[in-house]
Amino acid sequence: MSVDKATVAKIAKLARIRVEEDKQEALSDELSKILDWVEQLSEIDTDGVEPMTSVVEMFQPQRTDEVNDGGYAKRVTSNAPESAHDFYAVPKVVE
Amino acid sequence: MTKLTHLSISEALEGLEKGDFNAVELTEAHIAAMDELRDLNAFITETPEKAREMAAASDARRAKGEAGVMEGIPIAMKDLFCTEGVLTTAASHILDGFKPEYESTVSANLWNSGAIMLGKANLDEFAMGSANITSYYGSVKNPWKREGDDTTLVPGGSSGGSAASVAARVAMAATGTDTGGSIRQPASFTGIVGLKPTYGRCSRWGTVAFASSLDQAGPMTRTVRDAAIMLEAMAGYDAKDSTSVDRAVPSYKDAISGDIRGLKIGIPKEYRMDGMPEEIVKIWDQGIAWLKDAGAEIVDISLPHTKYALPVYYIVAPAECSSNLARYDGVRYGLRVEGSSLDEMYENTRGEGFGDEVQRRILIGTYVLSAGYYDAYYNKARRIRTLIAQDFQKAYDSGVDAILTPTAPSAAFGVGENQDDPLAMYLNDVFTVPASLAGLPGISVPAGLSSQGTPLGLQLIGRPFDEGTVVKIADVMEKAAGFTALPQLIAGGK
Repeated sequence: MSVDKATVAKIAKLARIRVEEDKQEALSDELSKILDWVEQLSEIDTDGVEPMTSVVEMFQPQRTDEVNDGGYAKRVTSNAPESAHDFYAVPKVVE
Repeated sequence: MTKLTHLSISEALEGLEKGDFNAVELTEAHIAAMDELRDLNAFITETPEKAREMAAASDARRAKGEAGVMEGIPIAMKDLFCTEGVLTTAASHILDGFKPEYESTVSANLWNSGAIMLGKANLDEFAMGSANITSYYGSVKNPWKREGDDTTLVPGGSSGGSAASVAARVAMAATGTDTGGSIRQPASFTGIVGLKPTYGRCSRWGTVAFASSLDQAGPMTRTVRDAAIMLEAMAGYDAKDSTSVDRAVPSYKDAISGDIRGLKIGIPKEYRMDGMPEEIVKIWDQGIAWLKDAGAEIVDISLPHTKYALPVYYIVAPAECSSNLARYDGVRYGLRVEGSSLDEMYENTRGEGFGDEVQRRILIGTYVLSAGYYDAYYNKARRIRTLIAQDFQKAYDSGVDAILTPTAPSAAFGVGENQDDPLAMYLNDVFTVPASLAGLPGISVPAGLSSQGTPLGLQLIGRPFDEGTVVKIADVMEKAAGFTALPQLIAGGK
């Protein structure tokens, strides 16, 4: 499976990572090699095998749907690069 | 008297209890060691003042008869665990300046049991790596060197700072996390003990996530008994992590009896790989002989899907990482690199904030999860993961109590070696990844030295939640190995 430069650019966009054009070539080569290597998995017949969802058998714990934490917006936003009035501040998103 | 920094946890606990020294003295000795060996770069953040305060509080608790199971023991905390008010970086630029408002469950459990924090240990960025060379804060040096060769060796990864600090007698123990081998492989590379418990045994709450279906915290220590003591302090059910398991935590050290007669040890033929170095084969055979001499029954087993474990891992782990690391967006914490739009701000922040290996894994993960490839890659990998877990299950169903394998395919390598090709680096985890995918407990025990005088470890893999049997066998192997060699760089000198 070969990942060309255009595909690298596309997945970088999906992952919201800026990848400079001069790095795309090297990444396309590296990602292709990794995907070629994982290609060996296709030699196994997995018909009828369930995909693993949980590695240890456990039931999903239930809890009552109620507020049990919170009420400290200042602490929540204390690490934000930019915040105002207990809100996160971001570049303008609505014109 | 033995230097305070050379004591094991169990020896130190005894000395503290007898009043031979107190936690403040023990902690000062380790702070001095941290100072002396700063060149190892084992810590991202040193917290000597906090350590002194915690030590004084610990002595006060002991005086009142309220000593916990780790009372007064100075440890290094891998910088992947959130520590309240103390810089937590995951060794990434993207978490610049992040001081959590909360404490991870595992670190809180350790402090509640009396442990003392020396600092936050260096690691591979977001725990992604096998050599501790991807940290934004620089690589960690292995305190070991090859005989007659001054090349700086890697400590393994991702828990490289934890491993180096314990091996060099700077910390009495350290926390590690293991996603595909990140506790066991560095333990093997630095001649210490590293225990990855069963998935779900330790809470993941407050630990920076890499691959959530695999991540598990565990102890890194200098003896098997110490690992048992420390795991007891770390483990336990936590309502804040729905994958933590609600089972009582036994006293693991009580499982250590020195008697493994009649236990069945499986030797998986698929781990005898083509081109495996002779000295790895030799140490493995030596381990088999030790256990046989101690009265265990050695049986050949087959884990037929072993060769597929690494490619499965390199689909599953990047997929989960691409999803987990979506949260680093320049909005809620850490680095922000401005852009002309919100999207551009995200892209600039993540482009600058993540290192090459992390970007590579996010991109692979994004690719295998993207429309059209999800079934071919991600679901296929999850199906084979089921088969890998079934291989182990069949072995245990046949009566095997534990499985013995080498921990890593080589001894520690030099900085710069294995670095050109990401795939070559991935192969380091070939023996540790299968147990991770199956969620099983595994321990690495120092077994001997390579021809070049560097440590080699052996791995024992146990049944789910049977860490007791794992440490029981590991203790016997440790005694048979009698590993007493010391690294070249060690606090206070050899």
